[in-house]
Amino acid sequence: MTDKKTNRRDFLFTATYAVGAVGVGATIWPMIDQMNPDASVKALASTEVDVSAVNPGKTITVLWRGKPVFIRRRTQDEIAEARAVKLEELKHPETDEDRAKNPEWLVMLGVCTHLGCVPLDQKGDYNGWFCPCHGSHYDISGRIRKGPAPTNMEIPKYEFVNTNTIKIG
Amino acid sequence: MSDHEYTPKSKVGKWFNDRLPLLTLANHLTDYPTPKNLNYWWTFGGILTFCLITQIVTGLVLAMHYIAHADMAFDSVEHIMRDVNYGWLIRYIHANGASMFFLAVYIHIFRSLFYGSYKAPREIIWIIGIIIYLLMMAAAFMGYVLPWGQMSFWGATVITNLFSAIPLVGEGIVTWLWGGYSVDNPTLTRFFTLHYLIPFLILGLVVLHIWALHVPGNNNPVGIDVKKPSKDTVPFHPYIVIKDGFALLMFMIVFAFFVFYTPNILGHADNYIEADPLVTPAHIVPEWYLLPFYAILRSVPDKLLGVVAMLSAIFILAALPWLDTSKIRSAVFRPLYRQFYWILVADVLILGYVGAMPAEGLYLLIARVATAYYFLHFLVILPVLGFKEKTLPIPLSITEPVLGGSPNLATAKKREFK
Repeated sequence: MTDKKTNRRDFLFTATYAVGAVGVGATIWPMIDQMNPDASVKALASTEVDVSAVNPGKTITVLWRGKPVFIRRRTQDEIAEARAVKLEELKHPETDEDRAKNPEWLVMLGVCTHLGCVPLDQKGDYNGWFCPCHGSHYDISGRIRKGPAPTNMEIPKYEFVNTNTIKIG
Repeated sequence: MSDHEYTPKSKVGKWFNDRLPLLTLANHLTDYPTPKNLNYWWTFGGILTFCLITQIVTGLVLAMHYIAHADMAFDSVEHIMRDVNYGWLIRYIHANGASMFFLAVYIHIFRSLFYGSYKAPREIIWIIGIIIYLLMMAAAFMGYVLPWGQMSFWGATVITNLFSAIPLVGEGIVTWLWGGYSVDNPTLTRFFTLHYLIPFLILGLVVLHIWALHVPGNNNPVGIDVKKPSKDTVPFHPYIVIKDGFALLMFMIVFAFFVFYTPNILGHADNYIEADPLVTPAHIVPEWYLLPFYAILRSVPDKLLGVVAMLSAIFILAALPWLDTSKIRSAVFRPLYRQFYWILVADVLILGYVGAMPAEGLYLLIARVATAYYFLHFLVILPVLGFKEKTLPIPLSITEPVLGGSPNLATAKKREFK
């Protein structure tokens, strides 16, 4: 084999390919990015909910960003049950104290972390939620206890605007 | 491609053909030498072409009346059913046509598995076929979303969420697929676009599939190479055209039965309820033709591994020409493979059945055993069988067993020992 020196032509080829690749990438990117959430979708960022009519032991479901959010007013028994669970028993260890800042109110995305179905209230082996699609069982803190879901149901960003109003998002 | 030179008879024909050899192509297709022992399992290629054209034509018509918008899609489908002239007929043909398409493709695939049609030199035909099958599943899935009923919405949610199993980028991919934070209007409009596009991609691949087929020619029930053109073959027209046509008529009787007598039996009643993002139907199942893969997904108790198992179950088929180590194509001469073949058929049917049942208790156990066996068949049994199996002697030509009075094994064997 002859030892080829890099000449002017090799440089021109490489430079042309590089500029061409950047050009192709810059052309394709808008075609890909147009599929991401648009400005009007992003604008629907927060929702305020009046929870004054929710009695202990009841759950309401509200729509936020096209997804259901469960707001459950838990009974004293349920809070005690959720807080008694040891972290070692959990697939995705999280304390109930971290999930429900105000223990009476559990606010979480009502979306199963397996494949996105809406779990059913007060069903399943752990007295919390049960997903009918592929059989995931959640406890009264919305933590995954049994079934294919990998993580606990997600807690969205929320705050109490006043005692009766929760702002989600 | 043709074995002989073709010259059109008329002067105009010759003038045209010299400039664009379409007549040479037509002549190749009519004269195409076909093994004369093809049985009725070989008629499903033609039937599938019919299914594709039916879906494209009825789909075009439906698209003239359908509105791809989350607020209007459900109503526009009911408008098609109630107001549009013959709209009910066209929609029922299109909806049941998808099921008929899959029925035919499964027979086509299992014919290939029995007679070893995927083996050398037909690997490319097989792989193109698997790509077509994947595109069919994508088209069927997106088409099912368009009526925007409860099953449409939640089917779309579950299937798109499969991508969220991918580590790190999964959530981003799902948001990108949705065009939002849940399945919604942007998802519907893009699914409509892709549902419209995919059939034409399939059409292109069908051309390649047939082109690749016409290079080595058809496999046949005996699975040995034919000399063409010879006494082993007959011209495609009129012999195969008539036979395919007859089989197509029989198939259309079944098709018409579903369209006119039980048009909704293969669907789900829940899909006549408009999509509601707050309520998941109590029992959510995919269409029947996806059930075996759904059962595999659910039989694995881990999200990522479940998705990996389901996709592997499909992609493993593409590797089949190399997983099956036997040099003998047809199962007629493979006594052990023949038994494992029927066990696989039963296994897939069982997977389909448990896929429709709740994923718990005995059903889950059966699904797990059947999933394990599915992979065992392709990854262990087939490679080993090629070395261990004692195959029966194959005839010298496809004419030999026919002239021997009977194409069956016993005769072929007897003649061998004479």
